[in-house]
Amino acid sequence: MTRQLTGSPAAPAQTVQAPPRRGRWSGRTRRDFFVFLALALPNLALIAVFTYLPLINNMYYSTLDWTLGSASATVVGFDNYINFFTSSDAPQVLGTTLVFTVVTVGGSMVLGLLVALALNAKVRGTTFARSAVFAPYVLSGVGVGLVWLFIFDPGYGVLSWLLRGIGQQSPQWINDPQLSLVMVIIVYVWKNLGYCAVVYLAGLQSLPKDVMEAASLDGANGFRRFMSISVPLLSPTTFFLLITTMISSLQAFDLIRIMTPLGNGTSTLIYEAYLQAFGAYNRAGYSAAISVVLFVILLIITVLQLRFVERKVHYS
Amino acid sequence: MSTLSPVSPNPATGVGTLKAPDGGPELPVRRDRPFSRANLVQTLAGGYIPLIVATLVVVLPLLWMLLSSFKQPGEIVTTDLKILPQGLNLENYHTAMTTVPFARFFLNSLIVTAVGSTVKVILAILTAYALVFVRFPFKNVIFVVILVALMVPPQVSILPNYILIAGMGGKNTLWGIILPGLGTAFGTFLLRQHFKTLPGSILEAAEIDGAGHWRRLWQVVVPVSLPSIATVALVTVVSEWNDYIWPLIITDRPETMTLPVGLTLLQNSEGNGAGWGILMAGAVLVIIPILLVFAALQRYIVAGLTQGSVTG
Repeated sequence: MTRQLTGSPAAPAQTVQAPPRRGRWSGRTRRDFFVFLALALPNLALIAVFTYLPLINNMYYSTLDWTLGSASATVVGFDNYINFFTSSDAPQVLGTTLVFTVVTVGGSMVLGLLVALALNAKVRGTTFARSAVFAPYVLSGVGVGLVWLFIFDPGYGVLSWLLRGIGQQSPQWINDPQLSLVMVIIVYVWKNLGYCAVVYLAGLQSLPKDVMEAASLDGANGFRRFMSISVPLLSPTTFFLLITTMISSLQAFDLIRIMTPLGNGTSTLIYEAYLQAFGAYNRAGYSAAISVVLFVILLIITVLQLRFVERKVHYS
Repeated sequence: MSTLSPVSPNPATGVGTLKAPDGGPELPVRRDRPFSRANLVQTLAGGYIPLIVATLVVVLPLLWMLLSSFKQPGEIVTTDLKILPQGLNLENYHTAMTTVPFARFFLNSLIVTAVGSTVKVILAILTAYALVFVRFPFKNVIFVVILVALMVPPQVSILPNYILIAGMGGKNTLWGIILPGLGTAFGTFLLRQHFKTLPGSILEAAEIDGAGHWRRLWQVVVPVSLPSIATVALVTVVSEWNDYIWPLIITDRPETMTLPVGLTLLQNSEGNGAGWGILMAGAVLVIIPILLVFAALQRYIVAGLTQGSVTG
C-alpha cells in the first residue's frame, strides 16, 4: 500500500525496488514496527488475556477437584469428565442440549424461510415488516424472557385466557420440565427467527431472475419453482444459517436463566456449567469440564464450517 | 410501531370496472388487470396476509408488555382480560424504581455501554488500521489469531474470567464488568474487511502531503469509513446493553448491577401475579432504549449482525 513514490520517476523498476532492501531495519520499517505495536497491542493483549488465556485455564481447572472460593484444590485428572459422563445428569443434559439445539435451529430456519418469502412479496410495507421481524433479535433476552413469562402465566397470562376461550385449562408451564423446555424453545425461536428471515431474504433477492422466468415459462408453478430452484440455490445461505444458529443455540443462556432459573428440564450444557459453578454447588472443576465439552462441540462445528465454506459458500 | 402505514391507496373501492385513466384505452389485451377481484385476492393472500401475520406475531407481545406496564394489579389479577389499561398510570414504574434501585441499574447500564462501546470501537479502528496500512511481519498470523478469537464463545470463558477479575478485586465494580469484554475481534474483523476496500490512492496522496499514520488514520481513513464504524458501534452498543451472563456473575450487590441483572432481582422480589405490571415496567426500561436505537438506525445494525452471510 505504501510503495515509495520518491525520487526520479524515470528510474527503472529494478532500482525502485532496491532502497528498502538496504537494511531490514531502515528508519521507516522500524517506525512502522512500533506504530503497529502501539496501535494493535492493547486490543491484542486484551484478546490474549480474556479470550485465549481463559481457554487454557478452563482446561486446567477441569482437571481439578475444586470448590469455587476455596483456596485449595487437588488435581484429579479426568475425573470430572468421567463423573459428568457417568452421572445420571449427563443423559438429561446432553439430551436437553440436543433437543433444544435441533428444534430451535430447525424452527427458526423453517419459519425464517417462510417469513422471508412473505417479506419478498412485491407489496408495500415489506420494509417495515422486515424491521419489525428482525427487532426481537436485538432485544435484551432478559426483557423478552419476562414478557413471555407473563404471557405464559397460567393464572393471568394472555395464553391462559386464550386457552380458556376454547375451553382448555392452561398447563403449568413452569412446573413441568418438558413444558418448560417447550416454552423456552418457543420464545427462543420467536426471538431469533427474524435473523434467519433477513438472511434468507437477502439470499432470495440474489437469486438469478432469468432462471425463475425460464422455469415460469416452462410452466412450473410457484411451489415447484420454490422447491426445485430456490431451495437448492439457497443452499449456501442455508448452510451458513445452520452453522451460525447452531452455535448461538448452544450458547443460549439469557432466556433459560430468566424463564427457568432452576434449569428444571431446560438445563443445556451451558446452563449446567453455570449452575454447577455459580448455582448452589460451587463445583468449579466440574463446571469447567462441562465448559470444555461444550467448547469441543463448538470447535467441531466451527471447523466443519471453515472446511465447508472454503468449497461451497462464496464470500465476495 | 403502529400498523403498516403507507398501504397503497388504490384497491379500497373494490369495483373492478374502473380502469386507470393514465394508460388510455389503447392496450385492451393486458392480461393482469391490477384491480380484478382475482388479482386482489391473490395479492392479499400471497402478499399482505402473511406479512401482517408475521408482523403481528412480533409486535403484539411487545405491545402487550407496554400496555401491561401501565396496568394496576387489579387490572392484571383478573379473569376477564382487559386489553387497554385504564389510564397512563405510571405507578408500576414508580414501584419498580423504589423496590430496587432501578435508577442506579439504568445509570450503570449507561456507563457500561458508553465506556465499553467507546473503547471497543477505538480499539477496533486502531487495530484494523494497523493490520491493513502499517507494515509489520506476521500480519496474517495476527489476523488469524483475531479470527479464531471471534469464534471462541465468551460463555465458555466465564469461570476463568470470573476467577481472574475477582482476584484483581473487580467483583462488584463497573470496571470489572467492562474490562474482560474490551478486546474486540468482531469490530477489528469487520473494519479490516472494510479498510481493505479503500483505494490506496487516497492514502498515498496524504502520505505525499507528509501526513503520518496518525493523521492518515483520523483525517482520511476514519472519515471515509463512517458507515462501517457506525455499524460496529451500534452492534457493540446493543450487545453491551443486553449483556447478561457476565454482569450476572461478577456482581451480587445492587449498587453495581446493570439493568438486565437488576431485573432478575426485581423478578425475585415480585413472585406473585400482582407483580407482573411492575416486571413489565422493568422490561420496558430494558427493551425500549434498544428498540428506539434500532428503529432509528436499523440499517447499520442489520448489516452488522448479518454480515458474512451474503456479502462477506
